[in-house]
Amino acid sequence: MAIVLTIARTEARRIFVSPLAWTVLAVLQSILGVVFLLLILDYAQNPRGPESSVGLSDYIGGGLYSFATLVLLLVMPLLTMRLFAEERKNGSLTLLLASPVSLIEIVLGKFLGLFAFIAATILLLAAMPLMLLVGSNLDLGRIAAGLLGLSLMMMALGAAGLYVSTLTREPTIAAVASFGLLLMLWLMQVLSSQPGWIGKLLGYLAMVGHFENLRRGIFSSVDIVYYLLFTVLFLWLAVLQLDSERN
Amino acid sequence: MAHEFLIEAHGLSRRYGSHIAANDISLSLRKGEILGLLGPNGAGKSTTMKMLAGVLAPSAGTVMINGVSLADDPKRAKQSLGYLPELPPVYPELSVDEYLRYCASLHGLRRSERAAALRRAKQSCGLSEVSRRLIGNLSKGYQQRVGIAQAIIHRPAVVILDEPTVGLDPIQILEIRRLIKALGQEHGVILSSHILPEIQAVCARVMIIHRGRLVYAEPLATAGSEGFRTIIAGFLRMPAFDVLLSVPGVGEIETLAGNQVRITVNNAGDDPRAAIADAAAAHGWGLIELHAERRTLEEIFVELSTGDAHALQEAA
Repeated sequence: MAIVLTIARTEARRIFVSPLAWTVLAVLQSILGVVFLLLILDYAQNPRGPESSVGLSDYIGGGLYSFATLVLLLVMPLLTMRLFAEERKNGSLTLLLASPVSLIEIVLGKFLGLFAFIAATILLLAAMPLMLLVGSNLDLGRIAAGLLGLSLMMMALGAAGLYVSTLTREPTIAAVASFGLLLMLWLMQVLSSQPGWIGKLLGYLAMVGHFENLRRGIFSSVDIVYYLLFTVLFLWLAVLQLDSERN
Repeated sequence: MAHEFLIEAHGLSRRYGSHIAANDISLSLRKGEILGLLGPNGAGKSTTMKMLAGVLAPSAGTVMINGVSLADDPKRAKQSLGYLPELPPVYPELSVDEYLRYCASLHGLRRSERAAALRRAKQSCGLSEVSRRLIGNLSKGYQQRVGIAQAIIHRPAVVILDEPTVGLDPIQILEIRRLIKALGQEHGVILSSHILPEIQAVCARVMIIHRGRLVYAEPLATAGSEGFRTIIAGFLRMPAFDVLLSVPGVGEIETLAGNQVRITVNNAGDDPRAAIADAAAAHGWGLIELHAERRTLEEIFVELSTGDAHALQEAA
């Protein structure tokens, strides 16, 4: 287990010494900052009374986070493409493969390293609504649920991207393919309005639906388990893929 | 853990679809030995080394590293391995120190041992002055050295180096050769190259791989001595050919410049040198030179890699 942390530490360091991560964070923050501002202005112009069912936390926190998922969907493939595809391309993957480290440890280490980036994003996303604490009464539980949902969702997006990254040696192909895969999972939500069991199944598989509950402050273990299973499944697929490559 | 062989590989084969990159290669490596894998480009050297390093699983065959099977217990086997692939596996965005420290911990070196290991590896590979620089900003030669440092930092029993001197300047090449020789005293080293003088300079034993097959495997010292077919003799007074031809074992005679003759022996394995000396003494030819014409490694290499490898293998 110690070796997983060693790999994770170096991976996180490599993510944050590259300009890519900082650029991504900067762009993310600018876009979401504008959205945040627009939401505040909108809320200020259309004040809702205390009897309204949509509060400040809901309107601003929720609105911001649901927009964030869309941006993150675009951003995660850029970070995951480096994990295996880029390393394979410049030959550095051999370092890990020739070391006395199992494939599971390699995949877990890289995923944990990616989690450092996820954590940084979550911090930035938490900071914006929390600023409102100065002049208002926020429902911290709702904000926390939204952030939890976002982190789970990013983990799932990251795991899927990591798996796609193991399939190729071209980082751009990895990025485009994971973007495609993530968007498909996204679109299932649209199809879930179909009648019958197909709609139900797709609705259950779609990523957004599970986030929607958490964003609204509903903490249901089904959604948590969905994201965890999703993450584990793709990490496991990545291990299998790396193993089959040796053979 | 003392084992007679650091590496024992039996019948290694690797197929990519219908293409056979390595076919039935067996080799062994003792402690304190430097083994050279020689072969033209695309002969299967890198494939063989990848299999030995556990990066690529063989389609058939087994590898034992220091008595541990690479297939059954890869973690333990890989602890005794240091591997430098064709492309040095470095992270350009890290500094030399950061990178080597990471490699040391990947190989399970404890925190207390790491600093010393780092210093030693940097010193061996001449990296002390660039410790804090980013690997991506170093020249190809320095990156190659970082790659070698990575392979030896944990003092593995076996060091596998795939074309270690590619991209280095002549002085660096000499330094790396010296390093490899030093490594060969305590560790077992396998290195590959398509450059002959390199193998001749450092290796005790050589194996030539051609089209995925092992076609030649001998200690370098004997590379010249086996199976000579011609003898060069020099005389002060040119002997009568019919007398010389009557010496047992002498087949054909060809005159060369400066009272020298090239004598072809009748059958491979005949050694008429003593008889020629006796005849020279008896007839007063004034023998001043007499030696077997040895096949150099270079000739063997060129012959094996241009001629029909299979026929040669059967003949050998």
